[in-house]
Amino acid sequence: MTPDEEWDEGSPERLYVLTGGRSGSEDAGLDLVTLIVTRSAPQIGMQPEHESILRLCEAPLSVVEISAHLKLPVSIVTVLLADLLAEEHVEARAPAPALPDIDIIKAVIHGLQNL
Amino acid sequence: MASRTSDTVVGPRSEDALPSSATSAVKIVIVGGFGVGKTTLVHSVSEIRPLTTEETMTQASAGVDDLAGVERKRMTTVAMDFGRISIDDELVLYVFGTPGQQRFWFLWNGLFEGALGAVVLVDTRRLEASFDVLGRLEESQTPFVVAVNAFDEAPSYSDEELREALDLTAEVPLLMCDARSRESSKDVLLALMRYLYSLATTTGAK
Repeated sequence: MTPDEEWDEGSPERLYVLTGGRSGSEDAGLDLVTLIVTRSAPQIGMQPEHESILRLCEAPLSVVEISAHLKLPVSIVTVLLADLLAEEHVEARAPAPALPDIDIIKAVIHGLQNL
Repeated sequence: MASRTSDTVVGPRSEDALPSSATSAVKIVIVGGFGVGKTTLVHSVSEIRPLTTEETMTQASAGVDDLAGVERKRMTTVAMDFGRISIDDELVLYVFGTPGQQRFWFLWNGLFEGALGAVVLVDTRRLEASFDVLGRLEESQTPFVVAVNAFDEAPSYSDEELREALDLTAEVPLLMCDARSRESSKDVLLALMRYLYSLATTTGAK
């Protein structure tokens, strides 16, 4: 494969190769702030990006933080995460429900006051 | 044989790692025009060094005719800054700054979904930059507060004048802030949360 330095980081070609041409992973149900936690150590022969995600997520990390650290768009990261989820290499912790309940609001107020 | 990609990825600093007990996250979105102080506000409240995620969009560049008559496409990179606050051992709050202009609304997909609410950050020198955003938030029924980032050189208006100019209803909280100050920025987020609390308790939500 062409060495990384010859790629334009954000080029459509590079992103296409990373995902094997797949796009859209709404089926994985991942939000920007879904927390991802690694469940199994990286294995030999893994795609380097998959390996990087497993290293990053030893402590819980949101999808959008993974995107920032890998310097890849969220849309690409969710495809990579869908692979890892399917193989149960990572665990996904869904965000708090859309309709905020009063306990969450109270907790956030309390948390901010202590900031 | 080490993989280059793994080696070049700089992960979070160890002191920025979330506890393994972190189980769920919530988001607040800061919206506003360029230069209004979104990034500054995110920096002021974040417990981690703020991060940036980028999306690319392809847009036809309007008004450009070339000889072949083929529409030129341009790749634009749009950056979104965000920060993080640990609320307790289990709950994490993410604060996103996103551009308010209509052409960036594609970024809003997924951003506002499930968001607690929004802060519209306003510069009194460019009030009109907020009109689109306010309309869009009202349409999508996203609860929001309006915070005026008080730049030294910006004209100051009374609350009534601002409400009138921005066409704000009486119940939408309006406050002044200094996005450079942690305390002030924290107060903005608290104003949003107290507003959400009042909405939740008056509409009979659990």
